[in-house]
Amino acid sequence: MATRVEDRVTARPVSAKSGGMVGLGRLAGSEMRLMRREPGILWVIALPILLSVVFGLIPGTSTPSPDVGGGRFIDFYVPVLVCFVIAMMALNVVASALGTYRERGVLRRLAVTPVRPATLLLAQGLVSFTILIGVVAAMVLITGLAFHVPMPKQVFGFLLALVLAVASMFSIGLLVAALAPTGRAANGIGTVVMFPSVFFAGLWTPGPMMSDTIRGISEWTPLGAGSQAIQEAWMGTFPSLFHLAVPLGYTLVIGWVAVKKFRWE
Amino acid sequence: MAVIEVANLRKQYGEHVAVEDVSFTVERGEIFGIVGRNGAGKTTTVECVEGLRKPDRGKVSILGMDAERDADSIRTRVGVQLQQSQLPEKMRVDEAMALFASFYPNPANTDELLHDLGLAEKRRTPYKKLSGGQQQRLAIALALVGNPEIAFLDELTTGLDPAARRDTWHLIEGMRDRGVTVVLVTHFMEEAERLCDRLALVDSGRIVALDTPAGLVSRVDGGGDRLRFRPSTAFDDKLLTDLPEVTGVAHTASQVLVSGKGNLLQAVSATLTTHGIVALDLRVEQTTLEDAFLALTGRTLDGDNN
Repeated sequence: MATRVEDRVTARPVSAKSGGMVGLGRLAGSEMRLMRREPGILWVIALPILLSVVFGLIPGTSTPSPDVGGGRFIDFYVPVLVCFVIAMMALNVVASALGTYRERGVLRRLAVTPVRPATLLLAQGLVSFTILIGVVAAMVLITGLAFHVPMPKQVFGFLLALVLAVASMFSIGLLVAALAPTGRAANGIGTVVMFPSVFFAGLWTPGPMMSDTIRGISEWTPLGAGSQAIQEAWMGTFPSLFHLAVPLGYTLVIGWVAVKKFRWE
Repeated sequence: MAVIEVANLRKQYGEHVAVEDVSFTVERGEIFGIVGRNGAGKTTTVECVEGLRKPDRGKVSILGMDAERDADSIRTRVGVQLQQSQLPEKMRVDEAMALFASFYPNPANTDELLHDLGLAEKRRTPYKKLSGGQQQRLAIALALVGNPEIAFLDELTTGLDPAARRDTWHLIEGMRDRGVTVVLVTHFMEEAERLCDRLALVDSGRIVALDTPAGLVSRVDGGGDRLRFRPSTAFDDKLLTDLPEVTGVAHTASQVLVSGKGNLLQAVSATLTTHGIVALDLRVEQTTLEDAFLALTGRTLDGDNN
């Protein structure tokens, strides 16, 4: 800060760095660092991996059983756990992080820098998505290598179903953050939305254990349809278009409402 | 050369008109104060200028550019400290500085800045572990980290202890010496009087006066001194009002209040002595910005009606 303003003005390329996605990389790095310091994130990462290992070790869930149509419980449960991670990430981590940023005035503060506050939202989403993919990959690998749970057979269909399920749930997370007055409230609302979401994804009634009535309803929920799309791809068929269209529809509609309703302060 | 031009600014929230027909210009290199009570419309005014709020009417131009159309370019050249803005709890001081520095094309040296603000020792401290004063100083550092040509500082010494407040004033004076234009929002008169080259007195959303601190003071009783004393015996006011230095004489229950200018003290004492009157508990008072505010708005800064 030794130079005088007049000298700097002439030396400065005025529009060299402005608008667009300035700061996305730095913000994502910063988000990742802050995320590592949150004890809550450990839970989101460890719980599903731990659960899949437990179900792999218990004989009742790791051997074929007539309760699940002669298959193994764990084979149906890993895809459900994938949905569980998605729900936790979207409704707890993303929703409360964004709600907190608004509450603390971080978004307002960014609004008066060359960085657009929406960039922070995007950076947060990218970091959460990256961690989520890491957890899913770890679960698939661990259960596959240790407990012979088959890998997803229809890889492209699996990835497509996964991305759509994530997109629909992140949109809901964004909507929760948009409407909740505080970060704490966002977390509370997120938890309330979480239960029906994972219920319809089959957390308590995975695979064939879910009744046809419930399945019929769940097909119309983002994570219910997403869960079935993921399941289908896992088993080797390309997911039904309906199970892909439902999460896509939620993403577009909820995402649009969330963006419209988002309060920056 | 004017770096900020504001013309006929108006902002309304529902029925409440927060800012009404506000116009002013800020010259390069000056410290310009926006002063008034809480709720007078100071923050709304400055947030319209910063681009945080969209005014209902009026025109704002900054560094010769249109505040709305050229917002992106303007944001690379101004620094802002907001009244209520916090960082993530676990972000450390040096991380916040590096992050914000990365947003600007020509950032300041973050180590120097932290040193100037007395935060060098706190480099690795997370935001939530900082004291209120340290958080406030970090907010100032972040406002300056982009090497701004204009810095907007909103209630910057609120929550600081007297020593830290004086240090901060020193820093602001240092900014002026470096050629940075400063727009200072404050309800703290001593701060405005000490720092500002010119100030706009805002009341109920309007600018009621715009002048140098000395100019504002001189609007009250000609800006002179006041003498307050208890006379040993009663006397005729005419004794004093006949003096050229005296502009007014007023009485309270036990005291006489003489206002005037020039060599007031000497003239009054000499006359009193000649007539054998002793001025007990004599005090000399200077008109302050606080008095000027009171006279111009009919209210004190704390909001009491007088």
